[in-house]
Amino acid sequence: MKCKVCREPAAIEIRRHHAVFCKDHFFEHMSRQVERTIHDFTMLEPGEKILLGVSGGKDSLALWDLLTDLGYEVDGVYIELGIGGEEGYSSGSLQLAEQYAKNRDLNLQVVDLATDYGYTIPEAAAETRRVACSVCGLSKRYVLNRVAHDGGYDVLVMGHNLDDEAAVLMGNTLNWNLEYIGRQRPVLPATKEGLVRKVKPLLRIAERETAAYCVLKGIDYEVDECPLVGGNTGIRMKEWLNVIESERPGTKQRFLFGFLDRVSDQFASAHQEEVELNECSNCGQPTTNELCSFCLLQGRMADRG
Amino acid sequence: MKVVLRNPRRELEIEGDASVKDVLKRLDIIPETVLVIRDGELLLKTDLVTDADTIELRPVISGGSTR
Ligand code: SF4
Ligand SMILES: [Zn+2]
Ligand SMILES: [Zn+2]
Repeated sequence: MKCKVCREPAAIEIRRHHAVFCKDHFFEHMSRQVERTIHDFTMLEPGEKILLGVSGGKDSLALWDLLTDLGYEVDGVYIELGIGGEEGYSSGSLQLAEQYAKNRDLNLQVVDLATDYGYTIPEAAAETRRVACSVCGLSKRYVLNRVAHDGGYDVLVMGHNLDDEAAVLMGNTLNWNLEYIGRQRPVLPATKEGLVRKVKPLLRIAERETAAYCVLKGIDYEVDECPLVGGNTGIRMKEWLNVIESERPGTKQRFLFGFLDRVSDQFASAHQEEVELNECSNCGQPTTNELCSFCLLQGRMADRG
Repeated sequence: MKVVLRNPRRELEIEGDASVKDVLKRLDIIPETVLVIRDGELLLKTDLVTDADTIELRPVISGGSTR
């Protein structure tokens, strides 16, 4: 197979675009897709202070690379979740994130859940008897926003890709979870004091492409799966979508972008029903209760015997 | 050929030469869900893998909380 642009030997095929690219034209394609997404959804404005959530995985490292090459100055934040012990999953991911930041001379801030907030994800999952990904998601969302807010960042960039977003939409659609469907946006504006705007520039890019990008660019990323992922339904949803995708290339993209372009506005009201938000009495973040769900979790972890 | 799988890491042997497409079909793996890597290079579905080769089938699906 030959690159559709230059006819040199191909490095990757992207079936949903009916395209085959050599290495360099694949990089150019990725960069254009990201640029276009940023532009179409007005994700980033010149001069803004940008923070990226970095996990050491393929998506966040590919995104850091792409944004940096597009001329954005992006700082990273890594959250040490304490998964897998001393030489386990989390510490390995941190090393990969640090190595990348060092190679490209970028700023990476590290927040350690255990030292800064007094618990690790395995501990919180055991204590609350909740699925690890649920306490983990709650913790990451909170801490990322907190770091962005306290650091004076204008925008928090997330590495969610096409597969992530299509899987979430699929899950919420199968259950007609209108509130969540209404909340699924490429840009989540900072609607309340204390919240930082969130954007997802990889929306148009499948995860196979971010992985391929890292391999072809020589970026070392965490290939191993988090040991706590069991019980996560998102991954099954992705597998089912991929079964359809393999027979009907482009399905994931049509599903997600059809929703974003033509449907999502009709669901917006489902989540805009004005809920009264007040400030968490502990941390000041917006919440519907006295304490926000993060401070509740943190308090419970502090109180354990 | 030797085929290295990840998550968890394991290896298996397949007799003879085969295209990438056929290897994946034989193992019942959807092409969308993996990268096929030989000596640090990505392979395309039409590429031929010979009996002497070692290839890695690297999953690209990651899990976790996506909200
Ligand atoms: S798989 Fe679940 S527990 Fe592991 S890092 Fe991702 S969200 Fe956290
Ligand atoms: Zn080319
Ligand atoms: Zn709080």
